[in-house]
Amino acid sequence: MATQHSRSAARLMMAPAVILLLGWMLVPLIMTLMFSFKKYLPLRGGDLGWVGFDNYIRFVTSSAFWPSVLATLAIVGGVLFITVVFGVLLAVLLNQPMWGQGIVRILVIAPFFVMPTVSALVWKNMFMDPVNGLFAHLWKFFGATPIEWLSQASLQSIIMIVSWQWLPFATLILLTAIQSLDREQLEAAEMDGAPPLKRFGYITLPHLGRAITVVVLIQTIFLLGIFAEIFVTTQGSFGTRTLTYLIYQRVLESQNVGLGSAGGVYAIILANIVAIFLMRAVGKNLDA
Amino acid sequence: MSLRNSICAATALAMATATSAFAETTITIATVNNGDMIRMQGLADEFTASHPDIKLEWVTLEENVLRQRVTQDIAAKGGQFDVMTIGTYEVPIWGAQDWLVSLNDLPAAWDADDILPAIRDGLTVEGELYAAPFYGESSMVMYRKDLMEKAGLEMPEAPTWDQIKDAAAAMTDKDNEVYGICLRGKAGWGENMALLTAMGNSFGARTFDESWTAQYDSEEWATTVNFYVDLLNGYGPPGASTNGFNENLSLFQQGKCGMWIDATVAASFVTNPKDSTVADQVGFALAPDNGLGKRGNWLWAWSLAIPAGSDATEEAKEFITWATSKEYTALVASKEGWANVPPGTRSSLYQNTEYAKVPFAAMTLNSINAADPTDPAVEPVPYTGVQFVAIPEWAGIGTQVGQEISAALAGQQSVEEALEKAQALTTDEMEAAGY
Amino acid sequence: MARAVTQNRKIINTAAAWTVGLLIFFPILWTILTSFKTEATAIADPPVFLAFDWTLENYSVVLERSNYMRFLWNSVIIAGGSTILGIIIAVPAAWSMAFVPGKRTKDILLWMLSTKMLPAVGVLYPIYLIFIKMGLLDSRTGLVIVLMLMNLPIIVWMLYTYFREIPGEILEAARMDGAGLKEEILYVLTPMAIPGIASTLLLNFILAWNEAFWTLNLTAAKAAPLTAFIASYSSPEGLFYAKLSAASTMAIAPILILGWFSQKQLVSGLTFGAVK
Repeated sequence: MATQHSRSAARLMMAPAVILLLGWMLVPLIMTLMFSFKKYLPLRGGDLGWVGFDNYIRFVTSSAFWPSVLATLAIVGGVLFITVVFGVLLAVLLNQPMWGQGIVRILVIAPFFVMPTVSALVWKNMFMDPVNGLFAHLWKFFGATPIEWLSQASLQSIIMIVSWQWLPFATLILLTAIQSLDREQLEAAEMDGAPPLKRFGYITLPHLGRAITVVVLIQTIFLLGIFAEIFVTTQGSFGTRTLTYLIYQRVLESQNVGLGSAGGVYAIILANIVAIFLMRAVGKNLDA
Repeated sequence: MSLRNSICAATALAMATATSAFAETTITIATVNNGDMIRMQGLADEFTASHPDIKLEWVTLEENVLRQRVTQDIAAKGGQFDVMTIGTYEVPIWGAQDWLVSLNDLPAAWDADDILPAIRDGLTVEGELYAAPFYGESSMVMYRKDLMEKAGLEMPEAPTWDQIKDAAAAMTDKDNEVYGICLRGKAGWGENMALLTAMGNSFGARTFDESWTAQYDSEEWATTVNFYVDLLNGYGPPGASTNGFNENLSLFQQGKCGMWIDATVAASFVTNPKDSTVADQVGFALAPDNGLGKRGNWLWAWSLAIPAGSDATEEAKEFITWATSKEYTALVASKEGWANVPPGTRSSLYQNTEYAKVPFAAMTLNSINAADPTDPAVEPVPYTGVQFVAIPEWAGIGTQVGQEISAALAGQQSVEEALEKAQALTTDEMEAAGY
Repeated sequence: MARAVTQNRKIINTAAAWTVGLLIFFPILWTILTSFKTEATAIADPPVFLAFDWTLENYSVVLERSNYMRFLWNSVIIAGGSTILGIIIAVPAAWSMAFVPGKRTKDILLWMLSTKMLPAVGVLYPIYLIFIKMGLLDSRTGLVIVLMLMNLPIIVWMLYTYFREIPGEILEAARMDGAGLKEEILYVLTPMAIPGIASTLLLNFILAWNEAFWTLNLTAAKAAPLTAFIASYSSPEGLFYAKLSAASTMAIAPILILGWFSQKQLVSGLTFGAVK
């Protein structure tokens, strides 16, 4: 079907997007790579010459490095787990016959529209504040000692805030997927006397496989770079310093661009490792 | 060319000249969202009324965001701002790099000699004044007179840390949500580390010795941090490790703190009956000491400076002259009362008999005078700055050390572990910077 | 009998779904409610839900202090501009990937997505320097370009998945009728892909609207959008919950309303090829 002519036309049509993205990737990447081999301290005169792999060595040997990788993975993993599990449950629930389905759907997707900065500020101050927060009031009402969310359960708190933002996204995609499920198949299973849990496990869940992969892929891309939620709430204290935040500290707080750039290169490597895993899974799933 | 056309052209030319004569210069002012600055923004109409050729663009940001933005901009020479609100930490560093415009040539009426010497010295590098102080602050003890009385205690004018601890113990009543002491616990060089570094000075600790070796492994630092952690965990509010200036302020205003050691500017907020439920019960005392000759109070001035790349230097100077003048003080006093004028910058303010009636005026001045940025610690140090170290690396170091101590306060690690990590990371950062 | 069972189930479903829905929505509702309280009521213990003296004071304070309309307008221009520009560039690319797939099409697609994994903080310095050189700092043009590039992979990906669902026979039929490439895209493909394009447009508008790193770091006054507006209300001195809530409500209201009105379009297209 595809002629030589349409092939070259296709290439031409792809060109703007590809070239732009190539530029967007390569130019900063090359500059980052260059900085990463330099001693570059803007507050001490800027470019102070080449230093080989010093920055790379310093970045990984710092005691903050491995904890930050773990924190990144914990946040990404935690949010993915919560949004997928609750997303599936919520999608199943919303797919049932009920009154006011449209309004419920509106309520459920609302958090997705809220700016990360705003949601972090609202959660931090109005809910998680150990004295004036709503949770503290609730705990006191039941006679319990309020939890100091952002220090005692810092990682969990951030996972909770981010999950709240991303749950609507997961739910919507999963809901669309469920709605495309063959009703007759489910009804036939019901006729055969298969209990609801079995029907869910053998028919619904496998059907959702593809949708779940897509949710995981898209969310991972965004979650690896979360910044505002941490900047607003803990500023990286209490074990919530992700790799992104560590780089931020190096570049902007310590004003050590060379060191931060080396960190940026590590972050790209980490992102690509994650990406390779994901892409494999998604690539397979998309071919099917 | 027809006559008509030439008339048109002439008119257009005339109009163009006319507009350029009235051309507005826009100056972009980056400032922090503190109460005094927001008030200045509100009063700026007075400035533009007398300077119709200057238009003001405000970029008001939360402190952390502001700092990141202006530092990034000045270091990369972005030139986005004509006036920056910066503090005594940035001015010496940026001034030494010639990144700021000298303000030595402000008009005589501005009266540079009236600026408090401690503040002026902090903003001067090699004889050049690089920023004009908008308000100055030290730190002091703010306490609840009624609670002290109830506890049968009296606050001395110049308390020691042990007296503070005893008073905190006596005032704490956790069932009624009254906590003896509120202190900064939120990590950050401008948050908990400002308090701790100043507090360390009074305990005989120092951040670096004369050869720039980090001192967090010293006996003095262990004593300081242990005292701080015990004090706050015993008598502080819940979640102390995430409380910064603002959180503590609202706790104090709600009557939940017995004592609060923090910036002197807070005095006008806690005594303002509009926001504070305890406005008429607040007493003031000097920051505590340990009998070693240094008190635990800091020195800071939020100041206005002009980055060297600005293309509206003259207009920016006009604005700064206005905003930091005696007339501005008088303007605020006439509109909002003397208690609300920006404090801590001018001797003339403290000689004013009206201002002397403000309950915290004298204590603020005494606190500012008790701080010496050039000789902050008991032992000799190679740096200036009371609650900070005026080197570019300090923001990074302070914040990371602050995070370790914050984690120790939250009980996630011991004080010893925190200081061990602090020592290691400070050494590492200093090495990276080439010390 | 069977009817009664389904009726009961419906009641239970409704109750459960509404409870969960309200729970998820509650933080937003609470923010909106708090924005109408005084600062003192905002932190009252026990908290007041509805029975307080409603006041508009916070809104008037916020409006007086900041030029809200300018922030709003900048947000609209930046989010709208970057989305539209992105779609113009992405439609041809997605078309060719969907209808003339080569051996490398999938690789290119995945590579495009992987460019989104570059950590923004890591490249802030290079981008900042480039922006200074090109005079793009604090300009809406600069932000439109950056946000367009940030979202381009997602736009291409979404469009690609919609286009793939369009049966190839229709295109062939059009070609038989003598339609050229341009006509094919304009008159055959685009109308069929309208729902997909609409939801791509909406999703990316939301993403661009909420982007808070570049919009904050590359602007000062002239081009600052609502994310910068919020940054001037987070943790000022003293009690601030009510004012923060008012500012928050003002920052999210436009997008919330837009999202609600267009949620059908958004939802119908938001599949990323997850459904076959």
